[in-house]
Amino acid sequence: MLDFLGLASLDDLFAHIPAAVRLAHGLDVPDGRSEPDVAEEFARFTAANRAAGGSLVCFAGGGAYDHEVPNVVRSLASRSEFVTAYTPYQPEVAQGVLQALFEYQTLVSRLSGLPIANASLYDGATALVEALNLAAATTGRSTMVVSSGVHPHWRSVVRTFARGTGHRIIEVPLVDGVTEWASVDVEEAAAVVVAYPNYLGVIEEMDVAQQRAKALGALFVVAGDPVAAGVLRTAGQWGADVFVGEGQVFGTALSFGGPYLGLFAVAAEHVRRLPGRIVGETVDTNGRRAFVTTLRAREQDIRREKATSNVCTNQTLMAITAAIQLGWLGTDGLRQVATSSASGAHALLEALTAIDGVEPLVRAPFLREFAVRLPRPAEGVIAAMAGDGLLAGLAVSALTGGADPSVEGDPATGLLVAVTERRTASELDRYVESMRKAVR
Amino acid sequence: MAVAQPGGRAASIPLMGHEVEPTMFELSVRGRSAAQFRTTGIASRPLDSMVPPHHLNPEPLVTADLAERDLVGHVTRLTHRQFSVDLGAYPLGSCTMKYNPKFCDAIAADPGLAAVHPGAPASLTQGWLELLATLEDRLCAITGMAAATLQPAAGAAGELTGLLLMRAFHDANGEPRRRVIIPDSAHGTNPASVTLGGYEVTTVASNERGLVDLDELRAALGPDVAGIMLTNPNTVGLFEEQITEIATAVHDVGGLLYYDGANLNAIVGVVRPGDMGFDIVHMNLHKTFATPHGGGGPGAGPVAVSSRLASFLPGPKATRVEDHYEWVTPSRSIGRVHGWHGNALVLARALAYIEVHGAQGLERVAQHAVLNANWLRHRLAAILPAAYDRPCMHECVLTAAPLKSAFGVRALDVAKALMDEGFHAPTVYFPLIVDEALMFEPTETESPQTLEALAVALESIAQRAASDPAPLHSAPHHTPVSRVDEARAARRLIATEDAASR
Repeated sequence: MLDFLGLASLDDLFAHIPAAVRLAHGLDVPDGRSEPDVAEEFARFTAANRAAGGSLVCFAGGGAYDHEVPNVVRSLASRSEFVTAYTPYQPEVAQGVLQALFEYQTLVSRLSGLPIANASLYDGATALVEALNLAAATTGRSTMVVSSGVHPHWRSVVRTFARGTGHRIIEVPLVDGVTEWASVDVEEAAAVVVAYPNYLGVIEEMDVAQQRAKALGALFVVAGDPVAAGVLRTAGQWGADVFVGEGQVFGTALSFGGPYLGLFAVAAEHVRRLPGRIVGETVDTNGRRAFVTTLRAREQDIRREKATSNVCTNQTLMAITAAIQLGWLGTDGLRQVATSSASGAHALLEALTAIDGVEPLVRAPFLREFAVRLPRPAEGVIAAMAGDGLLAGLAVSALTGGADPSVEGDPATGLLVAVTERRTASELDRYVESMRKAVR
Repeated sequence: MAVAQPGGRAASIPLMGHEVEPTMFELSVRGRSAAQFRTTGIASRPLDSMVPPHHLNPEPLVTADLAERDLVGHVTRLTHRQFSVDLGAYPLGSCTMKYNPKFCDAIAADPGLAAVHPGAPASLTQGWLELLATLEDRLCAITGMAAATLQPAAGAAGELTGLLLMRAFHDANGEPRRRVIIPDSAHGTNPASVTLGGYEVTTVASNERGLVDLDELRAALGPDVAGIMLTNPNTVGLFEEQITEIATAVHDVGGLLYYDGANLNAIVGVVRPGDMGFDIVHMNLHKTFATPHGGGGPGAGPVAVSSRLASFLPGPKATRVEDHYEWVTPSRSIGRVHGWHGNALVLARALAYIEVHGAQGLERVAQHAVLNANWLRHRLAAILPAAYDRPCMHECVLTAAPLKSAFGVRALDVAKALMDEGFHAPTVYFPLIVDEALMFEPTETESPQTLEALAVALESIAQRAASDPAPLHSAPHHTPVSRVDEARAARRLIATEDAASR
């Protein structure tokens, strides 16, 4: 090949690059090794982790949940035709990904109760940022009223991106776990954001939040738990303009936090400002049904500096995985995940609060996740219970990073506990016994 | 060239003919189910005993009801309507669709990584923290930078993170600035990111050689310029040879240089952005470090910076403290840019790729990527001339303008016809500054036989353009569907099964 180009060496390919910027002695990176040798290095990493499973039963949630992911979903979602394709720019050879995304959009639309869903965003937190940008563009305003029941990490991400957009973020405190909307003293806003249920597990009163949005002339943004959406009223039924959510719960492993899946759906009037990609149905020249990415004029590669979102690559594989997982769950399975998780969570809270010194952190209705107040810092309790093979939950202070408008009193003694459909009665018994010892 | 038979074509698609596959909703029969759960021994409680009844949805939320066998059949048939790197060459310019070693997939699937909760205490996740800290070291070594964040979930997220770092740096120096300079050849994500970063875009034109015009750049610079975003090699596949002069000019007005790592595959192991004078670098791990693109994500877009910007990086970061690792947030951090720690399993794959290749293997990646692109450019010169007739880097931008003026065959027709030949299409009509652009990025993983087969296919298309162009306007003819009506999709949006009202 070099002869064909009239070159003497591979180095000649780079002859036009100024010598001053070329690497003289190669990269300061270790020499390559064979795959089996590198596998040994990674075995050292995995040995230094405690994975969720038999030796560490997972009661941690906080936006990342240990749900059943069956072999059939793993197997289908790892098909190399999905894994090694790219964005379906050429629909004639991408009907597989396009149709799977169309099915995904349909499922997210039904879960959100809103007519239009996009083809995915990075994760729940960044989906919320996109919702706020949409609200700012729609209303021409920049004040965002955000319940502090929204996950603390999501609020941190929102604050980070507000450095660029200049949005003013007002975080509304919780009182006994419920958003204190009455404390909001602005006249108008671009968006009012509520989490449903909120990160402490509380099922917020949605009418109040929606009315507040209406009074402020703001878009009503619901950050919803998609598992809860299997049984609770949908965001659309509560009058939401935008639904965002974390889709990890549908077929994606805990994965140390990523790649996850940002769910995003809107009411019909917001479709022209939808961020990211959207797949639409059409026909080919022979009149056969076909799918294609559409409304492309919204996207960054066409609008450039006038775009309201810069999203390009997103999380297609996780979206396809979610569609397959929801196909596996079916109507009844989706409902059962929510019901079983909630039944376990309520049983566990009752048993835990029978322990001396353990109390509910807040006294508001919840579904599948709740917070308790411990007589000691939660981080020590988590460490002690890990010794009994249990991941007891997440310290509220680990999420908030200190004092936070979502928690009255010391967040360090708050413990956030999640129960999924995978937890058994004997695991709950072990948990209660271990907790009893840990707080003694 | 002494090669075996031309090969690498996916000549057998579509495997399952031209039949439309029903949607999972059309296949659904209420009452069927695939789901099976653990027997928990926990009594199921009525929902209205746990949740205030006005919160419960009075209408059951119906999804799709399928037996496992039907679900498997449906999804497998969908995969047979999908082109992928594993099936054949995918020379989609700017996207670096190289082959992804299966080893890296296996690493990411290991429960010792994949089943770890992101909020578990650092004492239970030391392996993950070490992995992330090691990757940060490697990426800094590769880019010539001092520190990095691994949080951004894709290249565009990395760009915006980089711009927020630029803003934090200037703000800390008490000099908020207004404008960011971008060449007219830039990816669309660049100007969109600049706007979201709160800056105004100043576009500078490329010169006749396809490079940044240094005089134009100097004229655009001033004390209100926060920085410049550059891709090098740029989006026409050419190395900005005056990069040192560009860096000096930008630094002289107090601006920063942002390196868009979309094209890092061209220079990895050969040139480091830090040595060219860049201050901020994002990398698309899904491109250069061979994590599969997943049909459009997940990616990962870490951002590395020089030492003067390190204290602004997003946090927390996995950090070595004496004999163990802790999460540490940099002192002047801009905050989180991801809900957790970034696309961790993509990061693990990238580290595995880097460890297998090592310093010399990574250099070979760039060498062979550039060799393949130049070979293809030279091989196709008679039918699809290069937009800029000089050595390219990892991709070549060719033009179908001669085919269009002589026979009315456009770049789009060539791209669509190439799919009938068993190859994925190149990127078309980008960069915007080239007429009838066809951007080929063969990557280093395609063999000489495959490149020859690709060239033969394009020659055949060029011959047909001269002799019988009509069928090319309606190509492709041998794909699962023929050309689709994009205008109809946009005119009457049907984005869900429910909107289709079948």
